[in-house]
Amino acid sequence: MIELKNVDKWYGTFHVLDNCTMSIAKGEVVVICGPSGSGKSTLIKCVNGLEPFQKGIITVDGVSVGARETNLPKLRSRIGMVFQNFELFPHMTAAQNIVLAQQKVLGRDQAAADTKALALLDRMGLADHAAKYPAQLSGGQQQRVAIARALAMDPIAMLFDEPTSALDPEMISEVLDVMVALAEEGMTMAVVTHEMGFAHKVANRVVFMDQGAIVEDADKDAFFGTPRSERARLFLSKILRH
Amino acid sequence: MSGYNWNWPILLKEPYFGWIVSGFGSTCAIALLAWAIAFPLGSVIGIARTVDNRIVRGIATAYVDVFRNIPLLVQMFLWYFVVPELLPKDLGSWVKRDMPYPQLSTAIVCLGLYTASRVAEQVRSGLESIPRGQRYAGMAMGLNGFQVYRYVLIPVAYRIVIPPLTSEFLGVFKNSSLALTIGVLELTSQARQIEEYTFASFEAFTVATVLYCLVTLLVILLMRIVEGRTRLLGAITAGG
Repeated sequence: MIELKNVDKWYGTFHVLDNCTMSIAKGEVVVICGPSGSGKSTLIKCVNGLEPFQKGIITVDGVSVGARETNLPKLRSRIGMVFQNFELFPHMTAAQNIVLAQQKVLGRDQAAADTKALALLDRMGLADHAAKYPAQLSGGQQQRVAIARALAMDPIAMLFDEPTSALDPEMISEVLDVMVALAEEGMTMAVVTHEMGFAHKVANRVVFMDQGAIVEDADKDAFFGTPRSERARLFLSKILRH
Repeated sequence: MSGYNWNWPILLKEPYFGWIVSGFGSTCAIALLAWAIAFPLGSVIGIARTVDNRIVRGIATAYVDVFRNIPLLVQMFLWYFVVPELLPKDLGSWVKRDMPYPQLSTAIVCLGLYTASRVAEQVRSGLESIPRGQRYAGMAMGLNGFQVYRYVLIPVAYRIVIPPLTSEFLGVFKNSSLALTIGVLELTSQARQIEEYTFASFEAFTVATVLYCLVTLLVILLMRIVEGRTRLLGAITAGG
């Protein structure tokens, strides 16, 4: 469903993405990990065209992201995205955050959008918080609202950009639980994360990046069993030691 | 001060009382109408300074550079004495003499265009203070560029810049006194006229000062109410 072919990106002379090729099939959960600055977040932002790239091809459901004639807003509306810092809109309640794009992009009427928002909040265990503003919610609650906001668009795939990195430890699991449930329902997911427990549990594949390049792209069991690259082995030994 | 002959009642006599009233009216008219130009125009230019399109951004930046960097007094003179000469003869004399309230209108346009450049900078700084992720979040859900501004960035940016915009609005009232240099009989100019006729300089300028302060205090009060009504709960967002 998501295909990246020989993607290169530079910031000035800095080579952020170096000949990246990977694909995510429908229903697949792929975890992308690697040291900070390795280009994981940039890669995932290229998938829905938030970041431009200079070379290569990215297609989502057959639509080329980089092509000039592509209607990017329309394509983006079909791909959900969850950010490290939640990025809820501070002047809107949780429910309003979820309703906005349903109305403005999909053209749903108020009643349908409200119903959908409340159902999703209920599913996230946040039914009582619909009328609260982001600043009145904990980080974990905000991130679950953000996930609900993305799901409200009925996306064909979900992108997660370090969804738990800004959370206090005790809130990480409430967000991961929601993501695990989503994966088990068959959602196509690309997840940039350091949560190897999550990868262990639901990932089909793990992609390891270093210095802008995809160093390793392996089945979960192969990756955690015998990662082939020295760099990935070093990375794993560092983050799994504790 | 011992020898000064205080004469407050003279301010209530005609024609002086009428002069104060009409001067105060002109000051308010200049300030409000100039703000009616400055706020929408400044908003458009401030927003234009943050868009991706280079040409739009360039034009907006040029506007701000020109209008913010020339002293307001010089701009008054340029609009009143120089610009009409540059126009075709008929249009020039219309601007200078025949249009309704030529001096007042010129002062309003001049002050409005000048203040717009300052409003634009406040609006731009408000927009730029919003973390980039907010724009990404709006785009990621399929909003187009216009919608991201309309629903995500602008509502937050204006809440952030209400305090500096209040200062700009106060500035319009105070700067309107420069209109006297092109012959508008606004509050300061009327105070001067009363002083020339009656030698009651302390009384005349005290009244002018008190009226300026009353209006600006009223503006501050109103803006506090606006600020309270639109306040965002908590911080803008966690982290950047």
